[in-house]
Amino acid sequence: MEALSKKRIDEEKVSLDTDEFMDPETLKLEILSKYPPKVARKKAKQIIVNRKETEVKYPEIQANVRTIPGIISQRGCCYAGCKGVVMGPTRDIINLTHGPIGCGFYSWLTRRNQTDPSTTPDGHNFMNYCFSTDMEEREIIFGGEKKLRAAIQEAYDIFKPKMISVFATCPVGLIGDDVHAVTREMEEKLGITIFGFSCEGYKGVSQSAGHHVANNGLFQHVIGLDNTVKEGDYRVNLLGEYNIGGDAFEIERVLNKCGITLISTFSGNSSVDFFANSHTADLNLIMCHRSINYVAEMMEKKYGIPWFKINFLSAGGMSRSLRKIAEYYGEQKLIDRVEEVIAEEMPAVKKAQAEVRPRLEGKLAMMFVGGSRAHHYQEMFREMGMIPFCAGYEFAHRDDYEGRQVLPNLKVDADSRNIQELEVEKDPERYNPRISAEEFETLERNGIKLRDYEGMMTDMPSGTIVIDDISQYETESLLKTYKPAVFCAGIKEKYTVQKHGIPMKQLHSYDNGGPYAAYRGAINFYHEIDRMVNSKVWDHIKAPWEKSPELAARYTYRPG
Amino acid sequence: MLLRHTPKEIVERKSLTVNPAKTCQPIGAMYASLGIHGCLPHSHGSQGCYAYHRSTLTRHYKEPVMAATSSFTEGASVFGGQANLLQAMDNIFTIYNPDVIAVHTTCLSETIGDDVPQIFGKAKTDGKIPEGKYVFHASTPSYVGTHVTGFANMTKAMVDYFAKQNGHKENRINIIPGWVEPSDMKEIKRITGELGIDFIMFPDTDNVLNSPQTGKFEMYPKGGVTIDELISTGSSSGTVALGGLASGPAAKALDSKCKVPCKILDLPIGIKATDRFVDTLRKMAGVNVPESINIERGQLVDIVTDMQAYFYHKKVALVGDPDQLVALTEFLVSIDMMPIHILTGTKDKKFEKKILSLTEEMPHDVNVKSGGDMYLFHQWVKNEPVDLLIGNSYVKYIARDEDIPFIRYGFPILDRIGHSYFPMVCYRGAMRFLEKILDALMNRIDRDSSEIEFDLVM
Repeated sequence: MEALSKKRIDEEKVSLDTDEFMDPETLKLEILSKYPPKVARKKAKQIIVNRKETEVKYPEIQANVRTIPGIISQRGCCYAGCKGVVMGPTRDIINLTHGPIGCGFYSWLTRRNQTDPSTTPDGHNFMNYCFSTDMEEREIIFGGEKKLRAAIQEAYDIFKPKMISVFATCPVGLIGDDVHAVTREMEEKLGITIFGFSCEGYKGVSQSAGHHVANNGLFQHVIGLDNTVKEGDYRVNLLGEYNIGGDAFEIERVLNKCGITLISTFSGNSSVDFFANSHTADLNLIMCHRSINYVAEMMEKKYGIPWFKINFLSAGGMSRSLRKIAEYYGEQKLIDRVEEVIAEEMPAVKKAQAEVRPRLEGKLAMMFVGGSRAHHYQEMFREMGMIPFCAGYEFAHRDDYEGRQVLPNLKVDADSRNIQELEVEKDPERYNPRISAEEFETLERNGIKLRDYEGMMTDMPSGTIVIDDISQYETESLLKTYKPAVFCAGIKEKYTVQKHGIPMKQLHSYDNGGPYAAYRGAINFYHEIDRMVNSKVWDHIKAPWEKSPELAARYTYRPG
Repeated sequence: MLLRHTPKEIVERKSLTVNPAKTCQPIGAMYASLGIHGCLPHSHGSQGCYAYHRSTLTRHYKEPVMAATSSFTEGASVFGGQANLLQAMDNIFTIYNPDVIAVHTTCLSETIGDDVPQIFGKAKTDGKIPEGKYVFHASTPSYVGTHVTGFANMTKAMVDYFAKQNGHKENRINIIPGWVEPSDMKEIKRITGELGIDFIMFPDTDNVLNSPQTGKFEMYPKGGVTIDELISTGSSSGTVALGGLASGPAAKALDSKCKVPCKILDLPIGIKATDRFVDTLRKMAGVNVPESINIERGQLVDIVTDMQAYFYHKKVALVGDPDQLVALTEFLVSIDMMPIHILTGTKDKKFEKKILSLTEEMPHDVNVKSGGDMYLFHQWVKNEPVDLLIGNSYVKYIARDEDIPFIRYGFPILDRIGHSYFPMVCYRGAMRFLEKILDALMNRIDRDSSEIEFDLVM
């Protein structure tokens, strides 16, 4: 892509309210000058003006490093990534938080994951409940294992779940409670699957560590429990789709229409029953690369299931991903059906695009969110004619920015080393390579690259700004300098941005909206952004007397 | 059914909490800190804590909630958080420039035993605290007490760190409003102002967590008590503390540290509690109650007079925090309603006794529990249905499953607005409470009455 220079911005009629369009490199220096020297040195590596150096090389960005104390960051903790993100959206497992009450309370129903219990015969749905051992001072002093054991027993006696998992919070690790020993013991006693996660909040540097811990737990304790093979010609798992605002429902609708059978979604509208036989699927599709690529890698090694990256957000992304799946299978029946579905779905999408484009064309969007969504949503904005000008992730790693080719060069630091890497081997009975050895060797089938993700920076033009783990101060600087038409992040950022008079869209929980995935989702999103950017409210911010405070003449009211 | 796994049969649980009616200390400390002007709350722990507290407060207020964190890693958890807190203070003063940093601890820093005052001492020696700037702290381990305790501890810390005697008593009263909404604090200030009393309120989140849309983001909004005012609380002539759990410790600390006598009252929710509040202020400040307040009170009593038929013997279930529930129970009983299930997640020895005494003459048995959870509360409701539910947003799941009218009151409210702008305390607040109760009950009558019985005039 061409450099997004000042000139080019003018040509593209970018709406910039600033008199001078500040050069991103200058802004970077301005931001860094505010920081103490040690912070500035570190932040300099996390604020990157994107420049394509060669066909495959982009500037190196520092990511997945410690959050600096005192810098107001968007990030949360390991527990949030494990319990909140990956394990939370599964309805028929009791997720028991072992710790003081707060952690369980804050992760109770706050992520807008939807679920439909009518699709599993037992109808279990514990997602509306919060389970906690509510550790108090005596457990901190004398240990909490006894209370945990009793809490598991009570949960079993009252709710009769088929599975229980236990999440360790900060003090649990410090006082040395062994959640794994207790869960093993209770599993033996009660005869249902019970396992623990060492996802203490201080582990790793962000939620990302928790995703990895959760992936390991799912892989060790749930995936592979049931060898039942579901019917279907093209049987896939969808990984890293959490059904926020109903995204997974809309994706399922389109996949069903194409004749693609979804074995399991990790983890939206999900059931442990689906996880248990997900190893019988033939292909893993990766939506959120950051949070779930570990499961894909491990399933490939153990069961021989190939994986590749797709993006079901944006109509273009959806169509391209469907074609990718069809090409991968290489069967004309599927290729044709996918084209039919695209042809059926696209007219409504085109109509919506045409409707909003005149009101959004050329406007700037910024997105700082998650570990994949800051990338996934860029095409969505381009489909409205908007320009994704600045973007970054809250908890991603370098491969999510620069592509997986950097993986061999990644340094493993002390914070990553304490997150377990499972040693995975081929399953002696169940390893079943779905593609030929040659295809595994070349990582390509029917022209589709496997195990590949090119990262976000390859998708952004030169001259755009990429910031890892953006701070409150950096957010302010971007807002004041470029006055974007819309800014996307999470709930903590929402109202600071809106106080600037700039609309803010939550791309974690979607505010009150969704679905935004696939075709109908894209249409929803176009209308949502149009509504926000062009809302009448922005005209009301200044009162008439603030707009023209000087009185030109005194008006005298004379009755009669 | 949303809560399809909640049976009517109650089985005793000793170790498992299901659907808590409380959360942890640090969020209360963060809320209290936001009631100081130019203050950045700081969470000394892993960054998940501050992320969760900021998110919850943000959802409750739909306002910016600024705070910082020590971002503990595994290393800090083993070796102590001193280096993190020192670096944090340096960064905060350099980049975000608050007047004061209010540090609260977490289960993590408390379990490893970080000594925050010692770290402050080091920061001072190292010159990390700029001239004219302040740091102070409250110890708020998440495994002790609840969010209410955290609010109380941070409010008490304001006294411990700042209040000073200046040698004589000023003709001024301290008001500690308790954990109420910014709108409530504003109303308490208005009433005190109507009485013509000079006062200092702390904490004061009015104009902080209900700030206007101006097109300009203010990291430190206009509201909040200033450090100078906090210092002056030590030379006020008296303190009125509202809500014993949330405000009592700070009021008592002012008394013992600066000899400022205090009256600890119930939150001014409803007629009687507001009467006691106004009467206490009048006596303490030696002023007469102006006609304007008599008019407000009379209007409130007028609503009760006119609408008593709708209140009479209606059964109510309440869940929330002890200070609120005690005052609210008294209010409901005083208008002939019957609060029959009353539960808080906060353990408070006096709570059950107080509720039982308030409901003694009520012609109905009462379920009351401190240290309970919403699962038990729901089971009570299943066993003895009520006409009205009052509680935070989580109660909507019970309200929908059981098809019972519901008023959102308490913390957190994640799905409606209003609480930050319109008070529920004092006479006007009580009028709003009654309006909400009547709307809920009368909408239900309209919904459920047959076409024959359907009434225009009610």
